[in-house]
Amino acid sequence: MNGPVEERRQHYLNVNYGLKSWLLTVDHKRIAWLYLVGVTFFFFVGGLFATLIRLELLTPQGDLVQAETYNKLFTMHGVTMIFFFLIPSIPAVLGNFLIPLMIGARDLAFPRLNLASWYIYILGGLFTLAAAAAGGVDTGWTFYTPYSSIYSNTHVALTVIGIFITGFSSILTGLNFIVTIHTMRAPGMTWFRLPLFVWAHYATSIIFILGTPVIAITLALVALERLFGLGIFNPELGGDPLLFQHLFWFYSHPAVYIMILPGMGVISELITCFSRKRVFGYDFIAFSSLAIAVLGFLVWGHHMFVSGQSVYASMIFSLLSMLVAIPSAVKVFNWTATLYKGSISFDAPMLYALGFIGLFTIGGLTGLFLATLGVDIHVHDTYFVIAHFHYIMVGSAVMAYLGGIHFWWPKMTGRKYPEPLARLAAVIIFLGFNLTFFPQFVLGYLGMPRRYHVYPPEFQVLNVMSTAGASILAVGYVLPLAYLIWSLRYGVVAGMNPWKAKGLEWETTSPPPTDNFEVMPTVVHEAYAYGAAESQAVYPAGKPANV
Amino acid sequence: MKSDHVVSIKLYSAIFGALLVMTLATAGAAFIDLGGNLNTVVAMLIAACKALLVILFFMHVRYSSRLTWVFVGAGFFWLMILLSLTLADVLSRRWLPTVVG
Amino acid sequence: MSDSSIVHAHQFDDAEQQHEASWLGMWVFLATEVMFFGGMFLGYTIYRSTYPEAFADASNHLDIWLGTINTAVLIGSSFTMALAVRSAQLGARKPLVRFLILTLVLGALFLGIKFTEYYAKIEEHLVPGSNFSYAGPLGRAAQIFFSFYFAMTGMHALHMIIGLALLTALIVKAGRGRFSSVYNTPVELVGLYWHFVDIVWIFLFPLLYLVGRHLQ
Repeated sequence: MNGPVEERRQHYLNVNYGLKSWLLTVDHKRIAWLYLVGVTFFFFVGGLFATLIRLELLTPQGDLVQAETYNKLFTMHGVTMIFFFLIPSIPAVLGNFLIPLMIGARDLAFPRLNLASWYIYILGGLFTLAAAAAGGVDTGWTFYTPYSSIYSNTHVALTVIGIFITGFSSILTGLNFIVTIHTMRAPGMTWFRLPLFVWAHYATSIIFILGTPVIAITLALVALERLFGLGIFNPELGGDPLLFQHLFWFYSHPAVYIMILPGMGVISELITCFSRKRVFGYDFIAFSSLAIAVLGFLVWGHHMFVSGQSVYASMIFSLLSMLVAIPSAVKVFNWTATLYKGSISFDAPMLYALGFIGLFTIGGLTGLFLATLGVDIHVHDTYFVIAHFHYIMVGSAVMAYLGGIHFWWPKMTGRKYPEPLARLAAVIIFLGFNLTFFPQFVLGYLGMPRRYHVYPPEFQVLNVMSTAGASILAVGYVLPLAYLIWSLRYGVVAGMNPWKAKGLEWETTSPPPTDNFEVMPTVVHEAYAYGAAESQAVYPAGKPANV
Repeated sequence: MKSDHVVSIKLYSAIFGALLVMTLATAGAAFIDLGGNLNTVVAMLIAACKALLVILFFMHVRYSSRLTWVFVGAGFFWLMILLSLTLADVLSRRWLPTVVG
Repeated sequence: MSDSSIVHAHQFDDAEQQHEASWLGMWVFLATEVMFFGGMFLGYTIYRSTYPEAFADASNHLDIWLGTINTAVLIGSSFTMALAVRSAQLGARKPLVRFLILTLVLGALFLGIKFTEYYAKIEEHLVPGSNFSYAGPLGRAAQIFFSFYFAMTGMHALHMIIGLALLTALIVKAGRGRFSSVYNTPVELVGLYWHFVDIVWIFLFPLLYLVGRHLQ
C-alpha cells in the first residue's frame, strides 16, 4: 500500500483534529493514547527518582543526598511507578485500545466513564506531583502508621489524597472492562473463544473492583487522622499499627497481580503469534488468570511476617502464598509448551516475551523464598525483596508492556517501528536489567537493608554494578521513546495485519476506523487458529456498523 | 440481568412492615442481657435478615439473573475474606506465650 | 425487549444490551462500595474485640431514640424508592415524581436528625481531637469508638448527600416525562444505590448504637 492512498482513508486518528477532539474524545482508542502519554510521563518521573537513588548508592557514604531526602526519593519512586505507571500501564493503554477490538465491539460499555477515568488519573497525578514539588513525602510508598499518620513532617495528606483520587480511575476502568466483556462480545464470541489477553484483563478487573476500594478507605483514614485528628491508628489511644498494615496490604498485594496479569495476557498473544502456534492449554491459562486474581486476595499477610502478626496467621498466609504460585507456574509451563516445535521468529515483541518468561520465572521463584517464613525472617526488608519485585515489575511487567506496545504499534498507528533498532533496544534492556537487579539478590542475601542510603563498604562493588546496569537500562528505555515517536512520521506504513497474527483486531484496518469495524464481525472459529487459513470471524453482508 | 418483573405494592408494604418490626425488635433486644456475645450475634443476625429483605425485594435480586447473584455474592464474600483473615491474626496473637527476658 | 427503534447509545447493539450493561455496571459499583465501607467495618470489628467495655460505654452516649427513628426513616425512604421504581416500570409519571420527592424528603429528614446528633456530640466534647473529653480510664479507647462513629456515619452521610443530588436530578427528569415503562434505567439504578446506602445504615445502627445497652 502506498502512502497517499492510506492518507485519504478515514480512521480514528484523522477523523477530526484539534486539542478538543482529543480532550473530549469518548473513543476508547484515543483515550488509550491519552493514557499512553500520561503513563510515559510518570515512568520517566519515577525513573528520575530511581536515577538519584542509584547515584547515591554508588558510594557507601551518604554523600549525594541527606537521609531525609533519600527517604523522599525512594518513596516518590515507589508511589510514582506503582500507582501512576505500572497499575494503569497495560490495562489503560493496551486494554483500553484492544478489548473492544478483540471482542468485536464498537467501544467499551461506558465511553464517557472511560474518559472520566483518565481525567481522574491526571487529577490524582497532579496532587501527587504537587506533593513532590512541595517537598515530597518520606514514609515509603507503604505509608506505615503511626509514622505516616502522626509523626512525619512531610506532605503525606496531599500524596495520599492523590492516590485516593487515582484509585477511582482504576475502579472505573475495571468496571468498564467487566461489564463490556460480559455484555458486548460479538455474536459467536463465546467466553472460550476470547483471546487470553481479554481473560487476563477480566481477572485484573476483578482485583480493581474488589481491592482498590480498600486502599481508598485506608488512605482516607490516614488523611482524616492527619488533618482532623481522627485517631484510628494512634497508638496513644490504643490504636493498632497492624490494622493499617492489614488494610494496606489487603489491596497492595493483589495490586501486584494487577501489575502482572495484564502482562501475562500480552505474553499469551506474543508467544502464539511468534511461534505460529495455537496456545498450549488455553483453558488452563484462562482459569489460571482467575485463580491468580482470587488467590491473590488471600496472601497479604506475607508482607507482615515480622511486624507482630500472630505466628498462626503467618503460617496460614505462608501456605496460601505457596498456592498462588501454582497458577503462575502453569502459565509458564504452557507458554513453554507453546514454543515447543513452534516456528519461532525473533522480532522485537518476541524478544520481550522470551525475556519475560525467563525473568518472571526468577522473580516468581524468589517470591517463594520470601513466602517461606524462616527465610523471610532473614531477608525481609533487604535488597532481596527489592530484587524480587523488580524482577516481576520491571523484568516482567515493563517488558511485557514494551512487547505489547511494539506488537500493536502498527495497529494503533498504521506505521511500523524500525525493527533492527527495536531488537537492539530489547537486548540492551534485558542486559541492563539483569546487571541492575541480579546483584541486588546477592546484596539482600548478604544483609544489605533496603531504604538505607549508607551501607557497609564491602557492599560497594555490587552496588556499583547495579548502578552501572541502571545506566544501561536507561539507554534501553530512551531508545524506544525516540524511535517510536520517529516512526509516527517516518515509519513504514503498515497494512492490516503485518504480523499475520490471529485475532479480531487484525481483521480491521491499521489504524482502525472510529467504530472499529466497517462491518461488525460474527465469530466462527477458536482463538489462535495459527496454521489455519481462515480468519476467526465472518462478516455478514449488509450489516451496517452503526445502528 | 433483571427481568421486567413488577412487584406488587402489597409485597413491598409487607417487606417494609417486616423491616420496621425488626428494627424495633433489635432496639428492644439490645436492652436485654442475653449473656456472653449473644447480644451481638442476635443484633447481627437481625441486621443480616433486614439487609437480605432489602436486597431480594427492594433491589429485585430475587427476580434477577444468576449473574447478578454472583456479583452480589462476590462483594459480601470478599468482605468476609478481609474480616476473617485479619481476625485470624488479631484473635490469635495472644495464643503463643511470649518469652520474657 | 429488543426493539431496535428504542434509542440507545451507539456502542450498544440494542436497548436491551444497554439496559443489561447499565444494571451490571451499577452492581459492580456497589461491590466496590461494599469493600470501601468494609475497610471501616474491619477496623471497627478489631477495636471492638480489643476494647469491648470502652465500646459499650461509649456507645451508650449515643441517642438510641434518634438512632431508631432515623433507621425507620431511612427504611421508609427505601420503601418509597421501591415504589418510585415500580411507578416508573408502570409508566405512571405523577406517582413516580411523588415517590421520588417523598424519598428525597425522608432522606433529608435523616440527614437533619443526623446533624442534630452531631451537634450534640460537639457540645458534649465527644468529637475526637484536641477537644475530646471523656471521664474515666475508658476514655482512650472511647475516642477510637467516636473516631469510627464519625468516620462511618460521616462517610454514610456523604453518600446520602450524593443520593439526594441524584434524586433531585431524577425528579427534574421525571417531571419532564423522560421516563416510561420502556425506559427507566436511571430510576432503577439510583434505586439500587439508595437501597445500598440503606443497607449500610442497617448495619451501622446496631454496631454503633446498640453495643452496651444491656449493660446500662
